[in-house]
Amino acid sequence: MSVQTWTYLIVGLSFSLYIYIAIRSRASSTGEFYIAGKGVSPLANGMATAADWMSAASFLGMAGAISFMGRDGGVYLMGWTGGYVLLALLLAPYLRKFGRFTVPDFIGDRYYSSTARLVAVFCAIFISFTYVAGQMRGVGIVFSHFLDVNINTGVVIGMAIVFFYAILGGMKGITYTQVAQYCVLIFAFMVPAIFISIMLTGNVIPQLGLGGMVGEEGVHLLDKLDGLGEALGFAAYTTGTKAPLDVFCITLALMVGTAGLPHVIVRFYTVKRVKDARMSAFWAYRGALYDGSCGGRLRPDQLADIHPREIV
Amino acid sequence: MSENSPPESSSDPQSPTEPTEPAALRFSSMTPQAYWRTNIICVVSLLVVWFLVSYGCGILWVDRLDQIRTPGGGIKLGFWFAQQGSIFVFVLLIAFYVVFMNRLDAKYIGKKS
Repeated sequence: MSVQTWTYLIVGLSFSLYIYIAIRSRASSTGEFYIAGKGVSPLANGMATAADWMSAASFLGMAGAISFMGRDGGVYLMGWTGGYVLLALLLAPYLRKFGRFTVPDFIGDRYYSSTARLVAVFCAIFISFTYVAGQMRGVGIVFSHFLDVNINTGVVIGMAIVFFYAILGGMKGITYTQVAQYCVLIFAFMVPAIFISIMLTGNVIPQLGLGGMVGEEGVHLLDKLDGLGEALGFAAYTTGTKAPLDVFCITLALMVGTAGLPHVIVRFYTVKRVKDARMSAFWAYRGALYDGSCGGRLRPDQLADIHPREIV
Repeated sequence: MSENSPPESSSDPQSPTEPTEPAALRFSSMTPQAYWRTNIICVVSLLVVWFLVSYGCGILWVDRLDQIRTPGGGIKLGFWFAQQGSIFVFVLLIAFYVVFMNRLDAKYIGKKS
């Protein structure tokens, strides 16, 4: 079978799985629509959160960008994962404990002010809008590649599908769809990471493979990358080009931004107990760990320099 | 879940409050102030570690740490902290927080839940 046929087959299968889940878990009450009736297990919720986290950006662009940026790319790794620490320690359990549907509800009740609530609503909409704009563009790009349509049509198709899911299943449907999505994504991340690691360094664990030897001459992978970078006229891979202050501020911004993502925060309302909110933050993080440290570490574009044409 | 649930919880599934908690708190031997202080100490100390590994080892002292190499010699230590080490520590931090707070809650509420 040709690559095209495989693509249609696999995309078709995963979509029918998602739609099947959406139909199976239709929401039947307000509580189910907004917060999945608080009946989501911590593990499932963690997986769904991790699927939120492994968004279009991290799947399409980040791996390449981080590998190209070398040490400077560390801002994204630390920023996005460090934000989860803030989320898990400072936000998730306490918001859940307070027990409302949304963050603006919390702000409004906590500060006894409808104005504060309104400001929070505006912020949430603004953040969501900016975020969705980027994500939908990513969706459009994915569909334009799979279906051979232009990006605008891809965006419209993507919107139609998301609309269908969201109306039908609400938070409940989306959560279980995302659990499935998580399994697909983590598989798609780990398979190449593990195999590239085996091919390059003979080490099954990508995190260890990063420090492994490459080729017959017994050079460390990162030293090889340093050398390549310098030979091509860039900075060595493991030395940064940004000033520490820049790196510090960008990391801080990314961390605080990650902790504030509305669609991630609302996830912690869907579990039954405060305890579960804590636990699901942990599970979400486990997912993020795999993405961040193996998916994000050894990447085809960087490695194409070392083993040309072996990986395409 | 599979058991017959009491009428008040099934009739109002979207109730945002958790009525069991405040009642259970009265049986506790720990004062709310003590509970909250322990909570804050836990969060602050975890955040100190969080800051040290990411902003400290990964960014501020990265060049000094780069002169050391990880066991096996493959990776400079500062680079490792920025790219992997901090992430591993983050997981441990969250795991510790979950266990610690669950224990604290159990102690505070009494052996009730």
